[in-house]
Amino acid sequence: MIPVLLIFIPLLSGLVAFFLKEEKAAKSWSLLSTLITLAVTLSGIFIYSHNNELSYDTAWIPSLGSRVSLHMDGMGKMLCLLTAISFPLVFVATYKNSYKQPAAFHALMLLTQGALMGVFLATDALLFYFFWELALIPVYFLCSIWGGEKRIAVTFKFFIYTFVGSLLMLIGILYLHYKTPDLSFSLDSFSHLTYSTKEQNILFLLFFVAFAIKMPIFPLHTWQPDAYEQSPTAVTMILSGVMVKMGIYATLRWLIPMFPNSVNYFGNTIIILSIIGMIYASLIAIKQDDIKRMIAYSSIAHIGLMSAAIFAQNKIGLDGVMIQMFNHGINVIGLWIVANVIEQQLGTRKFSELGGLAQKAPSLAILFVVMALANIALPLTNAFVGEFLMFNGLFQYNVWIAAFAGISIVLAAVYTLNMIQKIFYGNTVVLTNNATDAGKNVKVILAFMVILVILLGVYPQPMIELTKDTVNAILVKQ
Amino acid sequence: MNAIILSALLGVVMMFTSILTKNKSTIRYVAMIGLLVLFIGNLLSHYGIYTMKVDTHNMLSVDNFGIFFNTIAIAATFLYVVLSGRDMEGLGNHLAEYFALIFFVLCGVAILASYNSLLMLFLGVEIMTIPLYILTGADKKNLKSNEASLKYFLMGTFSTGILLMGIALLYGASGNFNITALAAATSATMPGMPTNVMTIINPLGLLFVFIALAFKVSAAPFHFWTPDVYDGAPSVFTSFMATIVKAAGFIALIRLFGGRLEELGLSAKIILPFVIIATLLVGNITAVFQQSVKRMLAYSSIAQAGFMLFSLYGNNDMASEGILLYSAAYSIATIGIFAILIKMKDYTFDGYNGLAKKEPILAATNTIFLMSLAGIPLTAGFFAKYYMLAAAIKANGVSALWLVIVAVLFAAISVYYYFRVVQAMYFKEGDAETTEISVGFKIGLVLLAAIIIIIGIIPSALLNWLYF
Repeated sequence: MIPVLLIFIPLLSGLVAFFLKEEKAAKSWSLLSTLITLAVTLSGIFIYSHNNELSYDTAWIPSLGSRVSLHMDGMGKMLCLLTAISFPLVFVATYKNSYKQPAAFHALMLLTQGALMGVFLATDALLFYFFWELALIPVYFLCSIWGGEKRIAVTFKFFIYTFVGSLLMLIGILYLHYKTPDLSFSLDSFSHLTYSTKEQNILFLLFFVAFAIKMPIFPLHTWQPDAYEQSPTAVTMILSGVMVKMGIYATLRWLIPMFPNSVNYFGNTIIILSIIGMIYASLIAIKQDDIKRMIAYSSIAHIGLMSAAIFAQNKIGLDGVMIQMFNHGINVIGLWIVANVIEQQLGTRKFSELGGLAQKAPSLAILFVVMALANIALPLTNAFVGEFLMFNGLFQYNVWIAAFAGISIVLAAVYTLNMIQKIFYGNTVVLTNNATDAGKNVKVILAFMVILVILLGVYPQPMIELTKDTVNAILVKQ
Repeated sequence: MNAIILSALLGVVMMFTSILTKNKSTIRYVAMIGLLVLFIGNLLSHYGIYTMKVDTHNMLSVDNFGIFFNTIAIAATFLYVVLSGRDMEGLGNHLAEYFALIFFVLCGVAILASYNSLLMLFLGVEIMTIPLYILTGADKKNLKSNEASLKYFLMGTFSTGILLMGIALLYGASGNFNITALAAATSATMPGMPTNVMTIINPLGLLFVFIALAFKVSAAPFHFWTPDVYDGAPSVFTSFMATIVKAAGFIALIRLFGGRLEELGLSAKIILPFVIIATLLVGNITAVFQQSVKRMLAYSSIAQAGFMLFSLYGNNDMASEGILLYSAAYSIATIGIFAILIKMKDYTFDGYNGLAKKEPILAATNTIFLMSLAGIPLTAGFFAKYYMLAAAIKANGVSALWLVIVAVLFAAISVYYYFRVVQAMYFKEGDAETTEISVGFKIGLVLLAAIIIIIGIIPSALLNWLYF
């Protein structure tokens, strides 16, 4: 029952939220809803973890052979937890932001959460496709209505990009469906099919394009920096913290078990593309003058490493990907929260117009520096564990590739420290002269995240344990 | 059977109504009641209850497929009259006659949904299209409407000629008008004729019929009349033409070619994919460049026809279920979009600017209709497209993949022009001017949108009908 609750609480409360009149009501309603979802997720992980409460299966469209089947395994738990934590964090941290039509904004956010949960829980391909698309629609409206100046064109590009990808995936799903002996859409039947080499490679590409666009992997990343920049910050947090994980999740859940031979066949190319993307994105990040754009490019670099580690296909790398999916979500949301504080207070996101903020907002500066160090993956932070494991995995795969990918660590330090320096240190400028420290809600949230960052950096074992079953299941398929 | 007889009778009833009353809303209510009677009558024939027993000498066969399509067509017409009936009043004093013509069209549709003989096919096509020529020219003082009517008439009769030629060839080949007997004819030899002539005449006849019907459903390269006629005709009637009538054309195609596509010879493998891609290409690419929503919808209806043609390409159970679902999804969504379009003062994309602020319900329902046409999940349009693609893959496996991939890429292009309307309504500032909008109209729209979403979540709700 837990998976059903995780999907329907946000969806239904989202529909209700459309009809709320006042801004306050919408905000507290959506916060309440996400807190309940969080509680349900935690109960799923800690209380009912060895129970069949974590699976749900019922007929949906009998004539098509599609079922509503949901299952929450280790990776599912971890990503549901990420989704469940992110939304309340985002809502609290942006509590002071005011939106036109606040009810619709919060309603669409909740719908997004429901759809994301669905993506992470579905084990029926058609249902998965449904949620995959469903996650896109509310985000389309969120970005286009509340976004920045160029929002309409940018969001449209994002929409069409992902829509093309998912339609190609739909063809793949249909083709596999007619190959299964029992005409089903279940992950289980899909992963027991046998194909000719050519068939497998075509199908692999149909799925992979959809996932690669979502991640995004170079050269399919062009929608991403613009979309992150133009979206309202609360949405950007969700986009980069949770939604990009859809691509990685789907690769691990669907692609790797279904097409082991093609994964080997294309693996090398994809790793090289990912690493080119990492270096390329890091270099561009150094050149940025806008906090949002910089974080967007740094996010491409981090995701590139994850996708490379997936295709290296060894245990240590996969462990790293699993934890890093969670850690990256937390860290990047932390960075966005600070970006949001700065933008809300000072009305700019340009490094060149900022400086010396640490003098005016000392506690914000400290919290931000910790988040930024996590972005560089310094030891003792959570990202260090993940990146270390992933680099280790890549190293086992190929020394040269690992060495080349390692350059991105140095570049990450360059752009992140550069950003800290330009925004927080140096002399104050006109804009920052009258700046004040962040509000209490932001401080509490950031402090909570900093604790999480350090806790998971020092003692990552529970996270690794949580996703162990999924990693083993993936490795058995090889 | 009931649907054919009742719709013809009701057409006559409507004509007499115009003598008895001049009150426009009375006429509208009579038409609505008529449609309900027709709806019930059609359902009754499913249970074997007939208004009268007619021996059609196997020229018509009443089966589930036909009855089900009639149900969709009549229900869609009813919704259409509820939403847009009032807007017909602006077109002159012949309101009752318009409704009479609509009933006659439905009569033609019902014949096309259950014909078994090529003669009936011909009669059905003619009964369906002749009233449409009149409806297209209904706005007598508008030059564009007149032009459209004339164009439609000339092109329509031309295609009828081709249809007749095809039927004549098929009759020559088999000595029989019955469509089930055609298959046997291919292998049979006629006395005094060399065998190889038969093998040419039969496919050639089928090809002619195919071309004529492709013309009716506006498949490229026989689509040239569509944009001008749809654009020129009064919007209320464009809505009707682009939905129910077009779907009926596909039903006619499926009835004739269902299970015998191979007999077209070469055409099954080459002509059909060519027609599908040409239709998708022309429809989608041209729609992108339109400035008027009405004209965009005309081209988009060509693009939708491209997807519907997949039902012929698939040519299996999935395809015939799918075409019914597609007809329902497409008709309902298009009727809704046109109903809103008619209320707009300015038909360009800019005319929709800021509609979401002024009329949130219109904007929200219009978005659902447009998303359904674009085939986005959670709407009926998704499953409609899904069935089409599934039918193609089920029937032809790997060899269908490239065609399906091309089709979905065009579907992605269609998102571009459908969402331009959404962008105008929601994201652009402006003052969308509409004529007066009644509460009943809004309720109707919400009902339509609800149907689309219900089918979009549980399509079996609609399709289980087929099997009961």
